[in-house]
Amino acid sequence: MNDDKIVLSNVSKSFGGNDVLNGMSLNVPAGKSMVVIGGSGTGKSVMLKCILGLLDADKGSILIDGKESVGCDTKTRGSFMKKFGMLFQGAALFDSLRIWENVAFGLIHGQGMDKKQAHEIAVEKIRAVGLSPDVANLLPAELSGGMQKRVGLARAVATSPEVIFFDEPTTGLDPIMADVINDLIVDQVKDLGATALSITHDMASARKIADYIAMIYEGRIIWTGPVEDLDHSGSAHVEQFIHGRADGPITRRVA
Amino acid sequence: MKTRETNLLIEAPLDFCAKIGATFLNFLAVVGRLVSFIIRSVKHCFTPPFYPSQLMRQLTDIGYYSLPVVGMTALFTGMVLALQSYTGFTRFNAEGAIAGVVVLSITRELSPVLAGLMVAGRVGAAIAAEIGTMRVTEQIDALRTLSVNPYKYLIAPRVLAATFMLPILVLIGDIIGVYGGYVVSIHSLGFSAASYLTQTWDIITQMDVVSGLWKAAVFGFIVSIMGCYHGFNSARGAQGVGAATTNAVVSSSILILIFNYLLTQIFFS
Repeated sequence: MNDDKIVLSNVSKSFGGNDVLNGMSLNVPAGKSMVVIGGSGTGKSVMLKCILGLLDADKGSILIDGKESVGCDTKTRGSFMKKFGMLFQGAALFDSLRIWENVAFGLIHGQGMDKKQAHEIAVEKIRAVGLSPDVANLLPAELSGGMQKRVGLARAVATSPEVIFFDEPTTGLDPIMADVINDLIVDQVKDLGATALSITHDMASARKIADYIAMIYEGRIIWTGPVEDLDHSGSAHVEQFIHGRADGPITRRVA
Repeated sequence: MKTRETNLLIEAPLDFCAKIGATFLNFLAVVGRLVSFIIRSVKHCFTPPFYPSQLMRQLTDIGYYSLPVVGMTALFTGMVLALQSYTGFTRFNAEGAIAGVVVLSITRELSPVLAGLMVAGRVGAAIAAEIGTMRVTEQIDALRTLSVNPYKYLIAPRVLAATFMLPILVLIGDIIGVYGGYVVSIHSLGFSAASYLTQTWDIITQMDVVSGLWKAAVFGFIVSIMGCYHGFNSARGAQGVGAATTNAVVSSSILILIFNYLLTQIFFS
């Protein structure tokens, strides 16, 4: 268990009377890529936000490198944040800043690096995600969705984080661009030797970027295993989800 | 049937009381959240790290770009004030008081209050819309993941800039407003320029101007903090950002009027 980078034990989170995470447990091995799959509204994003500290878990434990992060103080949270990089679903680029300033943001403001050096690293990262250095001086609004995702990826890896989180990395992209982003994710994670935790309901993306897959349902992990075992998981829920069948144990509540 | 009627007679007032109680508790929760937000924001204004480039940007946005709006408001208010005072005061042969009425009204009340309200409409709305959009597009979460505290990066520069710039805008508004009254009095109402200026200088005291500037600082703080609070707590979607913007302008306008009364009471009672 010592080689687990992130360990969630019995994590619960509810909003009002709605239990979103319901005693969730998950181990993310160091240096591996874990992908959590599951339908919309099953608690994937909330799980990610609880690990990142953007939401406070109500109960349970989240260990990062063996240190407790639930209820930790601001200083400890800051030390965890320095290990993290995150690619948001909509890229979440700062629209008042130019592309290179977005990529260099964590280096300048988070690590206190001088602007010139940060600019060089930013341009290098922009090139690494397959974009021309010419885009460095553009604003996010001048880029397409796919290009924004690439910039988001460049920003997530710019600080060379130990853990990178990917929130629905291929949502809203065409299949070719989605595959390009998947390749970039695999390359960048491999280059950095980082641990990756992704959430998605895109099975092609999950198969491509995962070493391990976990399935979340009703706020709990109901199956976890190596990606190779996905097609013979023995779980009716997983079978139904990966084949996208309407009939099965997963019922969609229509209010 | 009687039992049912009796139950209804008991339950209806109880439901009514429960609704009042729930509304009151909700109000207290909102006040608690707002006070906690204000304390946290003020604390982050004075603790490092600071973001001078953000502060400079806000000083320009809030101060420099509000100048035309505040200037025009002050100019026409001063002009109308002179005209209206003349219309009223000629009935009592008190035309000589117009210069005093214009300068005291402008410096003590109209310039700070109208500048506050205009800035609430221009800046408060813009702050709420910008921060609200950042909230719904996860840009605020992105700041946190990049080890940057959003209170220090987004809120502190706006609060400091508005609190510092509004008194400067009001001071300029005072001068323009008095000039508006002067222009109308000299060119339309036939006053002597020298006597108008003498009357203005004779009646105005340092306290008249300083009280207006203190009011302006408080109004600047109110406008920025309400804009930031509503934007920061914006609900999802375009409707959420729209509601945040409306709430920011309405709440800061009402608070400006309430605090104007309280500050006037403190300065002049």
